[in-house]
Amino acid sequence: MVETIDTHLIDWSRAQFALTAIYHWLFVPLTLGLGIVQAVMETAYYKTGNEFWKKTAQFWMKIFGINFAIGVATGLILEFEFGANWSNYSWFVGDIFGAPLAIEGILAFFMEATFIAVMFFGWGKVSKGFHLASTWLTVAGATISAYWILVANAWMQHPVGMQFNPDTVRNEMVSFWEVALSPVAVNKFFHAVLSGWIVGAAFVVGVACWFLLKKRETKFALSSIKIGAIFGLIACVLSMWTGDGSAHQVAQKQPMKLAAMEGLYEGRNGAGLIGVGVLNPDKERYNDGKAPFIFKVEAPGMLSLLAERSASAYVPGIANLIEGGYTQKDGTVALSAQEKMERGKLAIRALASYRAAESDSARQQAYATLDKNFKYFGYGYITNPSDLIPPVGLTFYAFHVMVLIGGFLLLLFAAVAFLSYKNRLAPKRWLQRVCIAAIFLAIVAGQAGWIVAEVGRQPWAIQDMLPTSAAISKLPTSSVQLTFFIFLALFTVLLVAELKIMISAIKKGPQIEQAQ
Amino acid sequence: MRKIFSIPVRILRFYGEGFRSMTIGKTLWTIILIKLFIMFAILKVFFFPNFLGKLDSDTDRQDYVSGELVDRAAK
Repeated sequence: MVETIDTHLIDWSRAQFALTAIYHWLFVPLTLGLGIVQAVMETAYYKTGNEFWKKTAQFWMKIFGINFAIGVATGLILEFEFGANWSNYSWFVGDIFGAPLAIEGILAFFMEATFIAVMFFGWGKVSKGFHLASTWLTVAGATISAYWILVANAWMQHPVGMQFNPDTVRNEMVSFWEVALSPVAVNKFFHAVLSGWIVGAAFVVGVACWFLLKKRETKFALSSIKIGAIFGLIACVLSMWTGDGSAHQVAQKQPMKLAAMEGLYEGRNGAGLIGVGVLNPDKERYNDGKAPFIFKVEAPGMLSLLAERSASAYVPGIANLIEGGYTQKDGTVALSAQEKMERGKLAIRALASYRAAESDSARQQAYATLDKNFKYFGYGYITNPSDLIPPVGLTFYAFHVMVLIGGFLLLLFAAVAFLSYKNRLAPKRWLQRVCIAAIFLAIVAGQAGWIVAEVGRQPWAIQDMLPTSAAISKLPTSSVQLTFFIFLALFTVLLVAELKIMISAIKKGPQIEQAQ
Repeated sequence: MRKIFSIPVRILRFYGEGFRSMTIGKTLWTIILIKLFIMFAILKVFFFPNFLGKLDSDTDRQDYVSGELVDRAAK
């Protein structure tokens, strides 16, 4: 029974996973973004032969190396957690999760590890062209790594390309390409990588502005700002496009998440997109009749346009998704949560019957019931329809913080790019201070995006197939609490080490002025 | 033949010289090695054993997980 699993165990296991993922995602985006910037700078050196670009590229490469070294392997802890804390989940997903992670480990990691050595040790020892190729291949390796991790994550959001085998109790892959090229995975990859580019661009612009404020290495700072701001501007524009694609995918595959992102309780045609809003803290249940917002500013019809590509289309709200009864796009009537829960229980009972069956005919009958209702398998673990609603406040605010910061960064990069090309940035010290603060904002936006993706899909470990309550291992809560605090200590030490070493390297600077 | 053997030697020399010439890299490598030791020799061994690894065979694991999935269903 689900009641036998201590809810504290679920909360602590989720908290531990969130902690690990949040720390890991502090390092990854900077690797992805800074990698491109340093490669662009080295390309400038390759094309011009100007030593200034070599020194500039080497400075950013040093910062990249510090971040890479501290962050490397922090993601492996997530894999430890799958095996120890989420063992039912790990078994249930079978080779679907294993395949992309294995590809990531073998191909991308080794590609990255090989060329990173040439990138750091190869100056003056290999040709300029080979060195430049190694730098770009290091960046490509990191990006390909991200792709396979995001394929695995996207499968949890939208499971495709598999067939459940009740004999092995595992999902078995029937189409590698359906898993690898799932539209959710492709959108997620571009959106997540672009968010990394934005963090990298904000970091380069912010650090370079610090040099301007200190009146040091001015030529290096202004050149870095020009490249960083243009790169950031391109990444922001592209991320608006991929964000639109991601939201559209969420509307199709995870409508409850979309409703939580927008605080939409009652569905309607021509639904508006909330620009700014404050949720009503007194609203405790989806059907208590209380207004969901104290205050909101919305763009009429835009949520319908985002979700269904038509400004007058119907978008279901939280109440509709729980109560069902509305007509879906394909003309069928949506099932209520209660009906899905009944079908889920049928599927689970059929699994039990299948495994206990002593004759082929009984087994076939059980399999037919299981197969027919497997789409709702996870609903069989839900005891109350309200449990299907993710935390609306956290999802809503995280989404809007991400969007607002993204919009702010777009304007900031545009302004900084314009002023730096007009040679008017150096006297604007207030703007340089804003650029330093923008490093923090870009990191917050990236983390907020992941909160939307992961909190917004609760209670599911695998969408509609397995809730966290069924995915978790039966461990003593105290052992998960202990490891939570061990990780907190370990990651904090690593973060402090990174900041200390990085700040020291930044303070030392590229030493281009002294060399001249 | 001599040329074939010289390639691994050149690669080893390349890495060796690279490591020797590191400045900040030595600190970073120390951090990486300590981190990997903590992760694999302490955390993985003592705190994160494979939960299903205690079972003897895949058949036992299938039975265990199916039992868990059936038992945890809402009544």
